[in-house]
Amino acid sequence: MTSGLLLRLDRLSRSIAPLTLSLGLLMIAALPFRLPGLGRVAPDVALIAVFYWSVYRPDLFPAIAAFLLGLCHDALIGAPLGTSAFVLLLVHALVRSQRRFFVGKSFVVVWWAFGLIAIGAALIKWLTAMMLALAPLAIAPALFQWVLTIALFPFLAWLFARTQASVLWRR
Amino acid sequence: MRVALPLRALVQRFGLFFLIVTAFSLMLLGKADSLAFERFRASVVDVVAPILGVMSRPAEAVSDAVANVREVAWLREENARLREDNAQLRHWETLARNVSDQNASLRGLLNLAPDGMLSYVTARVVADSGGIFVRSMLVNAGARHGVAKGHAVLSGEGLAGRIGAVGDRSARVLLITDLNSKIPVVIESTRVRGLVAGDNSARPKLVFLPPNATAAVGDRIVTSGHGGGLPAGLPVGEVAAVGSDGIRVRPFADLDRLDYLRVVRFQDVVPPVEATRTVERTK
Repeated sequence: MTSGLLLRLDRLSRSIAPLTLSLGLLMIAALPFRLPGLGRVAPDVALIAVFYWSVYRPDLFPAIAAFLLGLCHDALIGAPLGTSAFVLLLVHALVRSQRRFFVGKSFVVVWWAFGLIAIGAALIKWLTAMMLALAPLAIAPALFQWVLTIALFPFLAWLFARTQASVLWRR
Repeated sequence: MRVALPLRALVQRFGLFFLIVTAFSLMLLGKADSLAFERFRASVVDVVAPILGVMSRPAEAVSDAVANVREVAWLREENARLREDNAQLRHWETLARNVSDQNASLRGLLNLAPDGMLSYVTARVVADSGGIFVRSMLVNAGARHGVAKGHAVLSGEGLAGRIGAVGDRSARVLLITDLNSKIPVVIESTRVRGLVAGDNSARPKLVFLPPNATAAVGDRIVTSGHGGGLPAGLPVGEVAAVGSDGIRVRPFADLDRLDYLRVVRFQDVVPPVEATRTVERTK
């Protein structure tokens, strides 16, 4: 009886591991590092997380996870609630519909595809931010963030892959 | 289980669509009525603020170590500069003492009505949130420490921002560079009034000056205390550029390197009409 419960708890904690790990990274990214200008263009950790898990383990990362991650992101950085959730859900939907493309592709191809999706996400974010602010905003910070996010992608992908190999059971 | 299967497929198909619509409507609703959203956001931040507070300690140690190395390299020049500064400051100190004494005695002579009450809370920055279209920070003091929305937030050098939202034990500081920040100010030397309005760039604009009023590069800008909430005379910045792009202000506070901030708890002077009303009510 107890072992059954423990087994269930174990399974549950493993199946929400992608979401909890992503939330943890989100908080680390928000820490004050006091590097001039970094706070303004810090890489978009949530975008990398949603992309990675939608490509490799969509069964453990449903749309609701992307939605929750987006809401937490908005609450944490003080952006209008729903903006990140909206972009992340679009990315999630796009990757899920094109999943066949990613199967068996090399890492460089996946990275390149991430770059394409990330620039789309950056543009949507920029447009929604302008829509909500009712004022023209500079696009440069969004582009800087895009570059940094692409640069960070391999490191986080490696971290996620290690987690996937050690914590999650094989399908 | 078998009945659940088609239902599951249905949820999967429309669930995504439903979530996307929800996210989009949240954006629009948040624009229309921000109070409930603010409360939700504050409660999320309240939960994570203590965790961030612990996690930011190592980050602080790393940035301190980097700063230490940098400082050792500049020690000689720094020393010479500080000696020079010190001599100058001593001169200013005697001047300030004289003026302050004189001010106190003149105020006594005039029987001047006192300004609002001031008190301070010191808070640590726990998150330098990485939004590209938002300039804000989280600090580890909230309503339970007496922090309220609209309070001024100072770094050692000058005004850093105002409290934009409060939770129980955390608060969000809206920096003066943020798009939504508007601070009523005066130019110290000429007493010309205006607003320092952020536009997400490092140098906010000085706007709404009266017609024909001008500002010169190097003019000091301080809060005017108009509009309530902020005490008068807090240093904001100095005019950095006057050009076709408008008047740009360089904030005194180094907004890239904030660690400890002082929240100014300011009790405004109550307007006379409201004051008489409260007196009637207490009777």
